[in-house]
Amino acid sequence: MSETATSAFKPFTRPQMAQRAAADIPEGWYVNLGIGIPTMISDYVPVGREVIFHSENGVLGMGPAPEKDKIEPWLINAGKQYVTMLPGGSFCHHADSFSMIRGGHLDLCVLGAFQVAGNGDIANWATSENDTAPAVGGAMDLAAGAKRLWVLMEHTTKDGSSKLVTKCSYPLTAPGAVKRIYTNLATLDVTERGFVVLGMAPGLSLEDLQARTGAKLHLPV
Amino acid sequence: MINKIVQSMADLMSGIKDGSVVLLGGFGSVGQPNALLDGLIEQGATDLIVAANNAGAGHVGLARLMELGRVRKIICSFPRSSDPVVFETLYRAGKIELEIVPQGTLAERMRAAGAGVPAFFTATGVGTKMAVGKEHREIDGRTYILEQSLKGDVGLVEAWEADRWGNLTYKQAGRNFNPLCAMASALSLVQAQHIRELGGIDPDHVVTPGIFVDRVLHVPYGDPSGF
Repeated sequence: MSETATSAFKPFTRPQMAQRAAADIPEGWYVNLGIGIPTMISDYVPVGREVIFHSENGVLGMGPAPEKDKIEPWLINAGKQYVTMLPGGSFCHHADSFSMIRGGHLDLCVLGAFQVAGNGDIANWATSENDTAPAVGGAMDLAAGAKRLWVLMEHTTKDGSSKLVTKCSYPLTAPGAVKRIYTNLATLDVTERGFVVLGMAPGLSLEDLQARTGAKLHLPV
Repeated sequence: MINKIVQSMADLMSGIKDGSVVLLGGFGSVGQPNALLDGLIEQGATDLIVAANNAGAGHVGLARLMELGRVRKIICSFPRSSDPVVFETLYRAGKIELEIVPQGTLAERMRAAGAGVPAFFTATGVGTKMAVGKEHREIDGRTYILEQSLKGDVGLVEAWEADRWGNLTYKQAGRNFNPLCAMASALSLVQAQHIRELGGIDPDHVVTPGIFVDRVLHVPYGDPSGF
């Protein structure tokens, strides 16, 4: 097999995507991680760097999953998984927890998404206007309320269509909210010009990336 | 002598009317007032509007109440769960109304009701289908929508400790919506794992002051049982 430009590249794995996002979170930030791949980010915060994780159900200062024999039955995160509490952690009720979100106190929220548009629009809660039982949870609060919204997602759907688009076709979670995207193919900022490529998977060319992206890509100025 | 602690579920549930708005604490399996839901099933009130984060799981508690045809409408943020079969069946059959509310807006609507705030502006939902039909206002350069407070006729609360004045504490993530349901409801009913002597809860540790609570029943059921 000849090595064509499109077969030589190596997409980032999910742990690598999480690791890349984790590396960009500075010490001291208060961070909410969405359900799914974003949750993996907490495993990759560099040793010695203090980042405080928040969960919508009133948990601030959340630690990793417990050992099986050390589960606290009352200590879960918003994904309904058992978690631990770090020294310095605190509990609060739902309105205070969402005050942290809606009051602009969270430095960062990282969510998964179905689609992100070049103007920062995000669609991550319903895949059609007629979803039988739509479920929004805290996604709209997080997208509208956190100081920054990053998205961690696969670059394309299973059938190969781009999740980066010029305009979201699915119902919006929030308009103009996304600031950065980490995919299995690239890291991109959302700017006034649209998507700006910050980095790409090893071996991938800008042309390859553009061919897999449903919106115009730009390079940093 | 003030004593909000009652001795039976029947006493706790007395007076709940058909058509009541019921605010329900709990998130996931934690902090769910399941004994109170069983009590409400037994009590018989019907045509209820229930506000809760989720729309019940399996065939117990809220799911059972819905399965018995006692719930007219669900107000929630996330009607899915590990086993949402009852809700989904009723919803597909058009036998239950659903009002989807962003989770933070749901919590704030309850707090607002408890605080005497009839409505409030929020950025959550602006530019989405949640904003359709709602009043929009620009304040300091940002657009907000008006959300109404959500007052309960009845609040069902699960607490860790309670005393006879109705002061409450909660355990870990079991707090969630419970303090909000207590403050937002005209009749706040509590199941508590532990009953303390008056003064036995440090005033610094009280989370829900007794003024928000009407009746308490001792329900020492132990730990929540997974998902």
